[in-house]
Amino acid sequence: MVAKKKTENSNGPSQKILQELHRKMVRIRKFEESAGKMMEDGKIPGALHLYVGQEAVASGVMQHLSNEDWITSTHRGHGHLVAKGGEFKPMFAELFGRSTGYCRGKGGSMHISNMDLGMLGANGIVGGGPPIAMGAAFSNKFKKNKNVSVAFFGDGASNEGSVHEAANMAALYQLPCVFVCENNGYGEYTPQARHQAIVDVADRAAGYGMPGVVCDGMDVMAVYEAAGEAIERARNGEGPTLLECKTYRYYDHVGVRGMGLNYRSDEEVEEWKNKDAIEAFEKRLLQLGVMTKKKIEKVHSSVNQDIEEAIAFANDSPYPLPEELLDNVYNEEA
Amino acid sequence: MSEAESNTVRELPYVMAINEGIREVLREQKNAFIAGEDVAIAGSVYGYCAGLLDEFGEERVIDTPISEKGIMGLGVGASATGCRPIIDLMFMDFVGECMDEIANQMAKMRFMFGGKATLPVTVLTMGGAGGSLAAQHSQSLEAWLAHLPGMKVVMPSDSYDAKGMIISATRDNNPVFVVLNKASLAMSMEVPEGSYEVPLGEACVRRQGKDLTIVAFGRMVHEAMASVDRLKEIGIDAEVIDARSVQPFDTETVVNSIRKTHRALVIHEAVKFGGIGGEIAAQIQEEAFDYLDAPVMRVAAPFSPVPFSPALEQIYIPNADSILTKVKETLAM
Ligand SMILES: Cc1ncc(C[n+]2csc(CCOP(=O)(O)OP(=O)(O)O)c2C)c(N)n1
Ligand SMILES: [Mg+2]
Repeated sequence: MVAKKKTENSNGPSQKILQELHRKMVRIRKFEESAGKMMEDGKIPGALHLYVGQEAVASGVMQHLSNEDWITSTHRGHGHLVAKGGEFKPMFAELFGRSTGYCRGKGGSMHISNMDLGMLGANGIVGGGPPIAMGAAFSNKFKKNKNVSVAFFGDGASNEGSVHEAANMAALYQLPCVFVCENNGYGEYTPQARHQAIVDVADRAAGYGMPGVVCDGMDVMAVYEAAGEAIERARNGEGPTLLECKTYRYYDHVGVRGMGLNYRSDEEVEEWKNKDAIEAFEKRLLQLGVMTKKKIEKVHSSVNQDIEEAIAFANDSPYPLPEELLDNVYNEEA
Repeated sequence: MSEAESNTVRELPYVMAINEGIREVLREQKNAFIAGEDVAIAGSVYGYCAGLLDEFGEERVIDTPISEKGIMGLGVGASATGCRPIIDLMFMDFVGECMDEIANQMAKMRFMFGGKATLPVTVLTMGGAGGSLAAQHSQSLEAWLAHLPGMKVVMPSDSYDAKGMIISATRDNNPVFVVLNKASLAMSMEVPEGSYEVPLGEACVRRQGKDLTIVAFGRMVHEAMASVDRLKEIGIDAEVIDARSVQPFDTETVVNSIRKTHRALVIHEAVKFGGIGGEIAAQIQEEAFDYLDAPVMRVAAPFSPVPFSPALEQIYIPNADSILTKVKETLAM
């Protein structure tokens, strides 16, 4: 474990930061809920892996990052992009397969990305992100800047060789890289106990030669603090950290069914929903007097409006033209 | 083609034919097992392993971690030492995760060991585009595999062949990739109960014709069949050959056909450059040059990754239209 270093003044994060954390989580939740609806309405083709339930992780981590910092994401990637500053319009447009999407309709949900925001892509390959994040961290160190990179990956992905290789190299070269394992208890339909012989993925950190930290991924403040320490270490040239966030996805592995699934019980889902990160945080904000009920409602309604506008934008956007197919395979610039 | 042991025939979708193939293998071969991601409790993400865990138990129907290099290594090590593994690789695109086990270990071990090792391992995997699954879940990479001496690669296009080829593959004493197609999962046809083989390395003439030989791989067989009537309208009576097997490839059946038709077109879902169609075209001109009345035509995907947007994916995947266009263009009609 890492020695506690305060990343904020002794009063904790400012009201502004707390409000930003809240807004991020609400934006992710509403984006995902609407994406689910749009899929059901036949607007979104392909496979949709929703992030609902895990909002605290992306929000708590991303609060410490600027556009100059890199992240790599997963197949469950919309939440990461929203938290990194992704705008709803080009995001929905991408999910709809339109040419106004972040990837011109070529990537879709599983490859959504934005280089300007420091988002090196969702990834259709489980375990695909960490080696890339390690490479981006290498680049930061090589260029002697103070930027970091963060690799998000799941409990299931933690069993991919690519993750071990990336972690070993990041520790060996003391790279400014943070490995964030979002342990939601399942890889597809397989519970963690059936895919690995350990309980805490963070235990593997010792084997890589980096600190391993476990935190409550349903508590945005816990994530915010733990991620803050890991990212600060990385920025200070003290090397990588493996941060495991215990969390849960409310919906099925793919698609929008939440309850009545045969590989997990509805009671289990209810138990996790009782710890809902957004509800819990809103309660706390009210208690702390950081936000009033009215202000919270205002956040919700303004995000709702953003969503509505973005969906209309995506709906009105054109599909890519046939001749665009062969664009972007190579860089044709001289 | 060997006769089915049982005569009872029923309509069976491709997905259930795969299931029956695996089931027959596990029933008749005591050293066989199936291992892969979510094959046991979930019955595979495509549903073709449904019920296997109940019938054969968890010693023989094995859920693995998401560790393709490990899973493929399991197949190499276990097959070299007396088991007959069926390894399930959820998407063909994931060969990238375990290519060393496939290319440097599985395909070569027997040769490197001077013939002292035998690897009766079957890999089931799913290729093909069509569902907006984008660049990493839609590829057709059979040419990568067929390029490996020591490896066999088959692409069953329908239910009958899927079941029979899975059975043949597991009885074969070599590594065999059975490349399935996700767009065919719901396609139904009559399939016999019980065990039967569809030989590896033998193509099948699906339709007789006299003006043009179409050699098709996997799902493209159905596009070739769909083009037949439209080709007839422009005066071309097409013969359609389902290649069925990529490695070994049945050159003889193709050449025999071209001796009759004098024209050939190869269609596959993979990108054209470096695709198996180039190899087939070369074999045709080596073996049947004197019989050709026109250049060998190829219909395949353009040289780009598989796009997500349905608008682009639609034009990406070769189909009956592309066959018609190609034929008109080449024969200047
Ligand atoms: C290399 C590879 N293997 C398998 C898959 C299929 N697959 C997609 S998501 C997934 C489960 C991933 O589990 P985890 O890493 O825990 O992420 P979660 O879905 O729980 O967010 C699997 C097996 C894949 N996309 N890539
Ligand atoms: Mg998981």
